[in-house]
Amino acid sequence: MLDRATPETQQDDTEAQPRPVKFRGAGFTPATSRYAGWIALALVIALWQLAGTAGWVNPLFLPAPSAIAAAIYKLALSGALWQQLSWSIMRIGAGWVLGTAAGILIGFAIGLSTLARGVGITFISALFPIPKIALLPLLILWLGIGEEPKIATIALGVFFSTAISVYSGVDAVPRNLIRMAQSFNVPFHLIVRRVIWPGALPSILAGFRITASVALLLVVSAEMIGAQYGIGAFVLQAGNLMQTDQLLAGVVILSLFGLVVGRLINWLETRLLHWR
Amino acid sequence: MDLISDQISHRFGALDVLDNVSFTVRSGEVVAIVGPSGCGKSTLLSILGGLLRPTTGAAELRGAPPADSLNPLTFVFQDFALLPWSTVAENVEFPLLHTALGVAERRAVIDDALRRTGLSDFRGTYPKQLSGGMRQRVGIARALAVRPAILLMDEPLSALDSQTRELLMEDFVRLLADGAMGAVYVTHNLEEAVRLADRIVVLSRRPGRVREVVTIPMTRDERGAIDARGKLLALQNELWSLIREEAIDAEREVQHA
Repeated sequence: MLDRATPETQQDDTEAQPRPVKFRGAGFTPATSRYAGWIALALVIALWQLAGTAGWVNPLFLPAPSAIAAAIYKLALSGALWQQLSWSIMRIGAGWVLGTAAGILIGFAIGLSTLARGVGITFISALFPIPKIALLPLLILWLGIGEEPKIATIALGVFFSTAISVYSGVDAVPRNLIRMAQSFNVPFHLIVRRVIWPGALPSILAGFRITASVALLLVVSAEMIGAQYGIGAFVLQAGNLMQTDQLLAGVVILSLFGLVVGRLINWLETRLLHWR
Repeated sequence: MDLISDQISHRFGALDVLDNVSFTVRSGEVVAIVGPSGCGKSTLLSILGGLLRPTTGAAELRGAPPADSLNPLTFVFQDFALLPWSTVAENVEFPLLHTALGVAERRAVIDDALRRTGLSDFRGTYPKQLSGGMRQRVGIARALAVRPAILLMDEPLSALDSQTRELLMEDFVRLLADGAMGAVYVTHNLEEAVRLADRIVVLSRRPGRVREVVTIPMTRDERGAIDARGKLLALQNELWSLIREEAIDAEREVQHA
């Protein structure tokens, strides 16, 4: 038979008043709010607008949001916006695709081959820290003053980050899955396609996020150094002419562009990594 | 087809893991390998399955595998080793992709494997949506799909809770009932070994040597009966008495390492 508490001992307990156990589990679980961020942003813009219309700040140094919006509208209407943007997008697109393709290729080689790893990691470690924009003058000497050096600069910047994220992604593929595939005599190419590629994909897509911002940074820098058209050239020119509303219009467009690219990568992640 | 462990020894660097392990798994036979933790049970299984090269000795096959077997030596893993980005059906299909089976044949094989493991309603489910027990059933379905001659099971139940373990053990008994498939069953759980195996290879603590080979004097069917419980328990105790002292030593050793 099980031991049970006797009535006497129970009586001892009931004499004192029960008190609640103190709750100690509060905090450390910040919730994301859908609207808080937008409301804060709207407030800042409203304050900024107020400062502009009330004359608290000189519009030459900080034009009001309405003036920037008007500048964007005019740019869009005149077709100048699209002209500038299309040059930048062309350079980013070409540079990013080239750099990504090469980065994925080399990243996989480093992830899968002992020889490529030995050679590749040394080179990448040595070259990765170089700010790629510093190579633009050299690339101009090599490739001329056309589009090629700008595209090459972006491609180089994208290449190193991609290669690193790809080979660390390949390294992160669980070894037990590869052993499993080997235990079924699955051939090499099928292991790469069905195990290593999808296993490395989360890291590769995370790398896309980094290379997208690297590409944007480099395109603007390259266009500021030497280009007639492009958002970077446009922003620099507006600054030289003290057209701050135009300048900030360019900055806002860059920010929007970055946002759109981020959304695109989000969409890719939900499409390709739905299994997570 | 027999699987032979021929004087297998293995060392990882300076660490001797296996020392001259020899035994034979005869066609259709279920052999359990038990021993204190760290005695090299899983290493031995990797060597037997061709995933690891032994330092000396060899894993050998004798006799032809069944004609229809696509992968005579097939693993079932402790951690299931399912592709998380593939559905249940795709996971079962994975080892068939490179075989000569046509699409229709492949589908029939997958259907059959899923039916035998009770997974027919979970074809399109992803592993993360499944419980541990169901995940291991996918691992078993995948193994059945290639019609193995010998299943190499590496602690297949040790990642599962005790109730799920009980249910899967019943599945194993059923799958191995007709003797068409043999198995090497690595476990630290003596109850599982006694329930399932025809013979039990008891390894010593590291470096693992064959201490004893115990034959279970009952068919698997007989072991399911209520009145067999006492006998099985006695066998289990006998095994435990073989291992206990060494298990204590092995545990101390691990703690000091």
